Amino acid sequence: MNFGVSIGDRTVIVTNNDEAYRTALVLHQAGLTVTAVVDARPVADGALVQAVRDLGIRVLTGSGIGGVTGGKRVTGVAICAQAGEGAVLEEIACDVVAMSGGWSPVVHLWSHCGGKLLWDEGLALFRPDPARPPTGADGTGFVQAVGAANGVMRTAAIMAEAGLTGEDADEAALLPVWIMPQGAGYKLRSKMWLDYQNDVKVSDVQLAAQEGYESVEHAKRYTTLGMATDQGKLSNINGLAVLSNALSASIPQTGTTTFRPPYTPISMGAIGGVARGDLFQPVRKTPIHDWHEANGAEFEPVGQWRRPYAFVRRGETTHDAVMREVKNTRQALGLLDASTLGKLIVTGPDAGRFLDMLYTGVMSTLAVGKCRYGLMCSENGFLVDDGVVARIDENTWLCHTTTGGADRIHAHMEDWLQCEWWDWQVYVANVTEAFAQVAVVGPNARKLLEKLGGMDVSKGALPFMHWAEGSLGGFKVRVYRISFSGELSYEIAVPAAQGRAFWDMLMAQGQEFGIMPYGTEALHILRAEKGFIMIGDETDGTVIPQDLNLSWAISKKKSDYLGKRAQERSAMADPNRWQLVGLETLDGSVIPDGAYAVGEGVNANGQKVTIGRVTSTYFSPTLGRGIAMGLVLHGPNRMGEVIEFARLDGSMLQARVVDQVFYDKTGDKQDG
Amino acid sequence: MVNVAAIELRGMITLRCDLSAVGTVAGIAVPPVGRMVTVGDRALVWMSPDEVMLLLPHTEVTVALSDISKQLQGVHHLALDVSDARALFVLTGAGAREVLAKLAPVDLHPEHFGPGQFRRSRLGQVAAAFWMTGTGDFYVVCFRSVADYVFVLLEQSAKDGPVGYFA
Repeated sequence: MNFGVSIGDRTVIVTNNDEAYRTALVLHQAGLTVTAVVDARPVADGALVQAVRDLGIRVLTGSGIGGVTGGKRVTGVAICAQAGEGAVLEEIACDVVAMSGGWSPVVHLWSHCGGKLLWDEGLALFRPDPARPPTGADGTGFVQAVGAANGVMRTAAIMAEAGLTGEDADEAALLPVWIMPQGAGYKLRSKMWLDYQNDVKVSDVQLAAQEGYESVEHAKRYTTLGMATDQGKLSNINGLAVLSNALSASIPQTGTTTFRPPYTPISMGAIGGVARGDLFQPVRKTPIHDWHEANGAEFEPVGQWRRPYAFVRRGETTHDAVMREVKNTRQALGLLDASTLGKLIVTGPDAGRFLDMLYTGVMSTLAVGKCRYGLMCSENGFLVDDGVVARIDENTWLCHTTTGGADRIHAHMEDWLQCEWWDWQVYVANVTEAFAQVAVVGPNARKLLEKLGGMDVSKGALPFMHWAEGSLGGFKVRVYRISFSGELSYEIAVPAAQGRAFWDMLMAQGQEFGIMPYGTEALHILRAEKGFIMIGDETDGTVIPQDLNLSWAISKKKSDYLGKRAQERSAMADPNRWQLVGLETLDGSVIPDGAYAVGEGVNANGQKVTIGRVTSTYFSPTLGRGIAMGLVLHGPNRMGEVIEFARLDGSMLQARVVDQVFYDKTGDKQDG
Repeated sequence: MVNVAAIELRGMITLRCDLSAVGTVAGIAVPPVGRMVTVGDRALVWMSPDEVMLLLPHTEVTVALSDISKQLQGVHHLALDVSDARALFVLTGAGAREVLAKLAPVDLHPEHFGPGQFRRSRLGQVAAAFWMTGTGDFYVVCFRSVADYVFVLLEQSAKDGPVGYFA
């Protein structure tokens, strides 16, 4: 040993074993004073004890420390009888109290890997049980504990276990001491710290037992004993023993929690690893991402994707840009990077039957070449995803999911196929990233595609809710006549590697038709003006399709689909469920996001009664006023009624309940 | 020093079917679990109990897909061109094995990972798969959308230098 620290001039050592006497010898040899050794054992007369006595150091047997004096630092200890209840026999002035309660092997790695422990009564410690080691994939043990890690605590014995010879001084047995003094009353116990890291006292563990947290795992959670950075290092054995006593059970009966690494502190850097800076989080990029970045896109995260929120031009605010993008799409031509939408291929002889179970509507009857909007519910009836399904061929469907839903719905499908309908012949593949998908939207959409040439995109050849394969401007494409904006709209898929070139061509060729890209905020406004729902806005995991006036997309004929039974339960069929309506403020302003509609009277807590909430709210540049959708009690029966929404400052905003479709109610434009 | 390079558009066909019912795909024997069989500039890779992937020159994808559908006529299967959905990198240089070992929870000790093996795993925070050639090069495949992340990750691991764990 090269260095040492003088811990104080006068040290009192309290112990239940001979080992601590080595500390007394070391301190003495260093020229410091050991005022006394307080030994809980009635008799202490081993060789080490004798060596200490021979130096003239006072040894008090059968004794304990009943209290420590001093504020910012230790000034003395109160000596009591270990067998008693804490009455002070004398006070000894000192600067330091050194404690030793015996040794425990470091079993953390053994336990962490699944090895079990044995209670060693003689040494009062848990040691690895060689009969129950950690086991590998083949079921056999792969760890052997040797030496101190195995609970062998004497040098000579450790050497012997390693096939070597060595010797050490004789030591007498220790005395397990869990509470000092053993008869300490409540007041003393409530100042007896077991776990110095988590401030757990003897009284806390006893309270846990008294409250019924009898399992050691429960007692640990109740008290935080041995948690986190401590991992049982300082005080788990004492804590378990106190719990055992409180339960009148033996220590092995009470058991242990699992000791785990980190045994020693590790840095946050080791946990974070390479995940910092550019590598902090993977960002998913569409094939057209670089163009967006170079053209003023303000991005927003959608799952791990980054999608353009708006393309802001010089001199514009973000709001200005969004308004411009909406108007231009309605009046001329908009371009949207829709590549992030999920695309799942579902194929096989049972694929139609499978999709009929997954969607609330019927997909098996969809004709090849056509598209149909579908809703997906969880088993509990709640709406979890929506999208347009296209029938590709006799056995194959392409299911569009929401951007955030692609991986989740893929897993949902595999789950049902692998666990429930394992004998159905269906394969699913997630081809989301194989395609770049671009929505060409607006009254000039067809003009642009006709200029590019290569396939017939007329209303006769490719009507609304149909799709076709062909080429456009030399690119191999699949074109879907679907619309999330209410405008004449073509969603065009090209192989991802050609996505950027395709986009560049559209931008260049579309100039004469007033083409402008638009972002997700314009997309939201366009769909809200049409009363289209958005998963995550109109839904939050508690909403069923019936709440959203989507009964038209739920098959009445099918005997079953996921969620059907749940939707028939009384709470789901309750006419008092809030239902979707459109909302128009009387003063034309925008209702704050998430605002609640308040009714007459107060609830049991004295709060104003709520009768609805806003789910989507925007300023509509098309209508020149605030529009919103919301879920409202008896909403569809309140058409024309004015209800009040609370602002955060307590003031009220009046809005009229209206049809949720604000724009082109007949759908002539998207059908165009 | 390890060099990381992106490879443009390698042909990849994903095929799902009852693999026990087909001995070969595109003339290549179906590989056992966790392995790949390479024949010329094509390779067939075991992906899962009912899925293999055919690696081939991108120009041959269309013909190969139609060959597969002919071979499996009347057999329930799914065969798709997924070339565009993926990104591919090659690691060359003496420390390539360590560059990957630092990023993937895979035992890459030379005794446990060698040519002919194919491993689906993760690199950093994303899904990825890799294999090695007889000359010690490693190929890494991931989804296209995270290609930038994986490239920077591999570069960082290469730049951090050798650990010497397999030395």
